[in-house]
Amino acid sequence: MAKYDLDDNSVVVVIGSGAGGGTLANELCQKGISVVLLEAGKRYSAEDFVNDEWDSFGQLSWLDMRTTSGSWRVAKDFPNLPAWICKTVGGSTTHWAGASLRFKDYEFKTLSTYGEIPGATLLDWPLSLADLEPYYEKAEDKMGTTRTHDIPGLPGNNNFKVMYAGAKRLGYKHVHTGNMSINSRPRDGRASCMQIGFCFQGCKSNAKWSTLVSEIPKAEETGKLDLRTESQVLQIEHDSEGKVTGVLYADADGNQHVQKARVVAVAGNSIETPRLLLNSAGGKHPDGLANTSGQVGKNYMRHMTGSVYATFDRPVNMYRGTTMAGIVEDESFHNPDRGFAGGYEMETLSLGLPFMAAFLDPGAWGGKFTAAMDQYDHMAGMWLVGEDMPQESNAITLHDSIKDQYGLPVPNVHFDDHPNDLAMRNHAFKQGSAIYDAVGAKDIFEVPPYPSTHNLGTCRMSENPRDGVCNSFGQAHDVANLFISDGSQFTTGGAENPTLTIVTLAIRQADYIAEQMGKKSI
Amino acid sequence: MSSKGMNRRQFLHSSGLAAAGAAAGGAVASGTGQKANAADMILTTLDPETASTLLAATRTIYPHETLSDIYYAGVVEALDAEAKGSPDTAKMLTEGAKAMNEAMSVNFVELSPGNRLEIIESMTDTPIFQKIRGTAVVALYNNPLVWRHFGFEGASYDFGGYINRGFNDLQWAGVPSQDASPDAG
Ligand SMILES: Cc1cc2nc3c(=O)[nH]c(=O)nc-3n(C[C@H](O)[C@H](O)[C@H](O)COP(=O)(O)OP(=O)(O)OC[C@H]3O[C@@H](n4cnc5c(N)ncnc54)[C@H](O)[C@@H]3O)c2cc1C
Ligand code: SF4
Repeated sequence: MAKYDLDDNSVVVVIGSGAGGGTLANELCQKGISVVLLEAGKRYSAEDFVNDEWDSFGQLSWLDMRTTSGSWRVAKDFPNLPAWICKTVGGSTTHWAGASLRFKDYEFKTLSTYGEIPGATLLDWPLSLADLEPYYEKAEDKMGTTRTHDIPGLPGNNNFKVMYAGAKRLGYKHVHTGNMSINSRPRDGRASCMQIGFCFQGCKSNAKWSTLVSEIPKAEETGKLDLRTESQVLQIEHDSEGKVTGVLYADADGNQHVQKARVVAVAGNSIETPRLLLNSAGGKHPDGLANTSGQVGKNYMRHMTGSVYATFDRPVNMYRGTTMAGIVEDESFHNPDRGFAGGYEMETLSLGLPFMAAFLDPGAWGGKFTAAMDQYDHMAGMWLVGEDMPQESNAITLHDSIKDQYGLPVPNVHFDDHPNDLAMRNHAFKQGSAIYDAVGAKDIFEVPPYPSTHNLGTCRMSENPRDGVCNSFGQAHDVANLFISDGSQFTTGGAENPTLTIVTLAIRQADYIAEQMGKKSI
Repeated sequence: MSSKGMNRRQFLHSSGLAAAGAAAGGAVASGTGQKANAADMILTTLDPETASTLLAATRTIYPHETLSDIYYAGVVEALDAEAKGSPDTAKMLTEGAKAMNEAMSVNFVELSPGNRLEIIESMTDTPIFQKIRGTAVVALYNNPLVWRHFGFEGASYDFGGYINRGFNDLQWAGVPSQDASPDAG
């Protein structure tokens, strides 16, 4: 592994080692570029992961103080846990389920397709599906996504069988075990899925792609990567011209250092990324780094989500096997006749008993709740995930009094559902329930959103610098050598789980950074 | 340090729930009376009366008929552990239990299920209710012994996952097409 001097101002500093940062770091290293990767969390491996929901949660989650506001139910049920994401090498790709779907053509052109929607800050992306297709190819190959590159689908588990039977009876056509970045056959030096069933707790067989098991080791092999764990970036520094010059970070012992940089790429996920830019205000950037548009932290999206669980006369044992074992894609298109814009996916999901107790109906108690829990092994479940409307008032801001362990303001996450989100969730609850009704469900539970797993849009890309924070390569409009490299870049959210697109954008961004560095433009 | 040890038998006896627990039967409850009697419940901070009231309250909040008291006692132990570290919590739990016992002219543990429920329902906005419920929802359902009762098999990696242990053994919903769900490789 490489070791660069703190004063070495030729390096690219990447902040965060998750889907965006881990991929970008590897892609740059493969091109021979020197990278310092700063990751706030510790490094674990498959042996360290535990098949235990609460223990794993304690091991991998980002648990620094955060606050919430707004009318979303998460603010009431989990006031200090707006998002369920990770602080560890690999970021939330250690947790993720592996669903890897491409955005659809129109999802890059939502303003043109849906038209103005009151209250929504819709905008077309400054790029098209055609621009991304070659990079989607590379991302799917890298991640070993099933049903691409001749990789067979995964075998469906019990939870999938129930969903499949119901969906087919309802007349849905596009029902299968998904495009999953989980090995259905040994590939890329990693084994195939053992159907362990704790995908959200870190895959103990390494069958599931993550930057921890794939990108970071590959980057280390190049000898160009200097990965510093337990290194939390507190501020990004800039010079009198407004260009970024390096980052201030705290190491495991709390000692602070400044790492100089030629380029800084931020990939802390969509809450920490804007928080870091806002906490870096000063000098040439009085309102926060790269924030002349005023859009840093705004337009926070978390996808329309919800779950449907149903009980049956006979056992299901949904927890056996891949957590996200299959998908119904028939509702994932834009059809305004349904009463809302955009589409949603239905994907199987299971929770173990401990998390089911916490999330089935947060705060619920009494006989109705326990009667549902008593049927746990007779339950099937699905997650609903669709496009939510960007709104300027849904935002990450700095808390005016609460500070973190470094004395920096903690982020507040404000969210209100848009009427379009509510109409979509209502439709999705009905369709999800109908699927289970079609196979004889006894009781059906409409489960409210969990803390956000998909966090998007808070430094969005835009054609016009007035409307967003970065251009189509994630390069800050205001600062040529500052890049946004995670889901914060998303102009709008699409119906699909975001990670494949985050990885795709990171691969494309690496090409651009290398080219710009070659031309000495940055 | 005042360690108010209390063995589970005394505990269950004083809680007035021993009979209910023993009679409950069910998957993990078989022979429960004995198991419960043998196990010790060590209380470091809370007094026995508070503990038995909290146990009864926990059972009222999360009533699983077939789950014996021993598992609810685990929640009380978790509350006791919190009380040990926080005098405020200890005070809240003790005073809260007292209030539950004084709400009607009969002690909470002696009350009928309907009366207990009425008292709990009147408390849902109080910090003590939030504390008991919040602790119970983790401590009760995060106990591997309880999992068997619900049919959750827990950690599976050491057993090779479910690839050869029934991940797709469900027969009643038909068989998906090979296209939709290819065989394992
Ligand atoms: C339970 C769960 C299931 C999911 N399933 C899917 C799925 O099936 N499909 C899908 O597409 N997506 C899924 N996701 C979402 C997916 O994990 C995220 O979209 C993706 O990981 C986001 O990538 P990222 O690079 O933005 O951030 P992350 O992967 O979260 O990485 C951010 C990293 O930055 C680090 N960091 C933050 N701030 C700092 C700082 N100041 N200094 C240093 N380091 C910092 C963090 O510690 C973290 O490691 C799931 C998420 C969860 C939680
Ligand atoms: S089910 Fe497959 S992917 Fe998920 S954790 Fe187990 S082996 Fe890994």
